[in-house]
Amino acid sequence: MKAKVGVIVFPGSNCDHDAYYVCKNILKVDTKFLWHKDSSIEDSNIIIVPGGFSYGDYLRCGAIARFSGIMPEVIRFANNGGIVIGICNGFQILCEAGLLPGALLRNKNLKFVCDTVSLKVENNKSIFTGLYEIKEDIKIPIAHGEGNYYCDENTHTDLLSRNQILFRYNNNPNGSLDDIAGIQNVNRNVMGMMPHPERASDATLGLTDGYRLFESVVGSVI
Amino acid sequence: MIFTAKVVIKLRESILDPQGKTVENSLKSIGFSAILETRIGKYIELKIDAENEEDARILIENACVKLLANPVMENYSYSLEKSEKELV
Repeated sequence: MKAKVGVIVFPGSNCDHDAYYVCKNILKVDTKFLWHKDSSIEDSNIIIVPGGFSYGDYLRCGAIARFSGIMPEVIRFANNGGIVIGICNGFQILCEAGLLPGALLRNKNLKFVCDTVSLKVENNKSIFTGLYEIKEDIKIPIAHGEGNYYCDENTHTDLLSRNQILFRYNNNPNGSLDDIAGIQNVNRNVMGMMPHPERASDATLGLTDGYRLFESVVGSVI
Repeated sequence: MIFTAKVVIKLRESILDPQGKTVENSLKSIGFSAILETRIGKYIELKIDAENEEDARILIENACVKLLANPVMENYSYSLEKSEKELV
């Protein structure tokens, strides 16, 4: 089976082209945009829910996008083991949709943080992080105002015991619980992270630590 | 019947509200020392067309659970009253 990536475009998505570019032009994988009003993900076997400000972040980040026309299909796909990656606003949308546990709160210092941060790879046994070293430090940009990951104590215990935490911040920029920057679901086919690996995948732009995430995922589709 | 629902959504008590804290500190700094705590939430007003009050309540509960509030981080409460004049 060949990897076929579908990048969902919501009104207000602004990292959709970056994700598309990495998959299509750098990884040379069959990639297409999927409009949020479509009801089918067509033949995609990897779905990327990109960053941005879907629906202007009205009500709560991701709350309205979560009910877009394409989402029932994305949820069905994910529940059948399909690979779904949520980046930044995409992470928020997947939490709102119940595909990932927890929620993203306003940054503790109330500031929108745009920076390059150091992450620690906490689990390299996932389809998303297989090409990283365990405990490797990687540099990935962040750009968010609501990236403060929160879940209740029981959920946090589950995240730890099931190795669902993929990335932690080395210097917590947003107040995130347990320094969590990225997680996967229990079934290990859905992941979300606030940092932007697609902005660190082209050597021309200086940072390349995000590239292996896409390479890992695409490589997992055989 | 037309009802007006006034929905208030608040961060759960266990969650730090940095915006509320900042406003609270500001209030204290300008002399409102008797204000012990400030929490900031959202206010949403809904006009609802329903057969009766019970139906209106069921509808609001559904709307709150499904979209208006995220139970992971928020609680909601609301008051409901009959609108004085029917909407055209």
